[in-house]
Amino acid sequence: MKGVLRYLRLLGAQVRASALTLLQYRFDFIAEGLLEILWAMTALVPLFVVFRTRESVAGWSFGEALLVTGWFILLQGILDGAINPSLTSVVEHIRTGTLDFVLLKPADAQFLVSTAKFQPWRATNILTAGVVFVYAFHLLGRAPSLSGLLSSVFLLFTSTLLLYSIWILTVSAAFYVVKIDNLSFLFSSIFDAARWPSTIFRGVLSFIFTFVIPLALMTTYPALAMLGRLRGSTLLLALAGSVLFALLARVVWLGSIGKYTSASS
Amino acid sequence: MKLPATARALPSLFKVGFAEAVAYRAEFLVWMFSTTMPLIMLALWCAVARDAPVERFGQKEFVAYFLATFIVRQLTGSWVAWEMNFEIRRGTLALRLLRPIHPMLTFAVQNLSAQPLRLVVALPMAAIWLGSVGAGQLSRDPVLWIAFGAAMLGSWLVTFLTSFAIGCLAFFMESSIKIMEAWLTLFFVFSGYIIPVELFPPAVRVVGDWLPFRYQIGLPVELMTAAHDRQAALALLGGQWVWVSVMLGGAILLWRRGLERFAAYGG
Repeated sequence: MKGVLRYLRLLGAQVRASALTLLQYRFDFIAEGLLEILWAMTALVPLFVVFRTRESVAGWSFGEALLVTGWFILLQGILDGAINPSLTSVVEHIRTGTLDFVLLKPADAQFLVSTAKFQPWRATNILTAGVVFVYAFHLLGRAPSLSGLLSSVFLLFTSTLLLYSIWILTVSAAFYVVKIDNLSFLFSSIFDAARWPSTIFRGVLSFIFTFVIPLALMTTYPALAMLGRLRGSTLLLALAGSVLFALLARVVWLGSIGKYTSASS
Repeated sequence: MKLPATARALPSLFKVGFAEAVAYRAEFLVWMFSTTMPLIMLALWCAVARDAPVERFGQKEFVAYFLATFIVRQLTGSWVAWEMNFEIRRGTLALRLLRPIHPMLTFAVQNLSAQPLRLVVALPMAAIWLGSVGAGQLSRDPVLWIAFGAAMLGSWLVTFLTSFAIGCLAFFMESSIKIMEAWLTLFFVFSGYIIPVELFPPAVRVVGDWLPFRYQIGLPVELMTAAHDRQAALALLGGQWVWVSVMLGGAILLWRRGLERFAAYGG
């Protein structure tokens, strides 16, 4: 119990430090906020164009597909706001050898590097996603059920865990291939496929997006949950899948950090 | 005597650039895989066209369009804005300034000399493309193929010069990468990279014709897939080269103004 409290206090300190750094760059703050809104809007454009010519695509109506895009915007916000910034700085640490200083600190290294940096302005994405959800349900002409909402919140938790685990796996690769800024680029370009309902993809892509990089789990399932179409057993599977990913990530992280040799003497 | 010296240096610069690309080949591969978005859009649009074609696009037309997009993007990409941001912030730009060649040219050559390696990926893709959609989707008019060549060059120039100009903004602010990202966001939507320009509502199309983005990807792809007759193709090509000259002017201006402010750090 004492350990948990200690880590919560540490988390508080890390968040405060990020907020202070943030306040130094006010221009960036405004620019980032505006950029986020612009980005979220362009995320919606393909949807409008696709549904301009027809009522439904692969069994999804416009309103329903809008929910998936809403989840995509929400998760991208979490990814860019809470996960991405910290882990990119790990890569820098590995390359320059300053990871030593992190390893010397008397706390879990994975915890320290994962909470090193937050970008709170990405919270604009949460607002945008909220607006998209409301609009989508307005189009569908009904409100989500309580159980649907609860299970989608539950899936928000599993999706975040999944995203985080995939990122830890990616960063672990940095111990071997050093220059990884493009790996993050690669990941976001793959994550982009998550803005579409997963049933659109068939064959190999469908397999990859369900099992290898579980994008379907992250955006399509929560949207289905909101619509009240997801079975309870799928919820359990999602939980099992993401916990499995998290454990795998932990094991791989410990393995790679064991191999870490500083950049210079 | 400046020009001949530059011309003599070019082959070596190309060789160095190519060696660099080969040395970082793992990274290079990752970069190339990160431009797979057209393939995802291909899957998406094929799903859309499964029941009925979207305007003139059936599944076959979408396959042709997005594979061509992949090829064009491979061959016209540029990352000079990131490189300039890095070099200006670290002061290593000074090393480039010491050379008796205009840095814009060295950046351009560095960019172009990676092209052979990119062809290694793009050519098999082109073969798959031909095999899967058949030559029927290809343009048969030789004039249009000449126009295609010009459009590819123009599309690379617009991309490179814009990236260079935005890179120059790093002289005036801490980092211009945010601006580059904003540009890219608009580029993804309006260039035809994820949606064929033709499928936009008419009002958006008119705006799109005046913006530079569609000349970066859409135009060469459309020429390849025979979407335009000669007259329309030449008009669009004219538009593209207007943007090339605008971006060239902007890039040179920003470079001159910015260089006055540049100070290298370190001893």
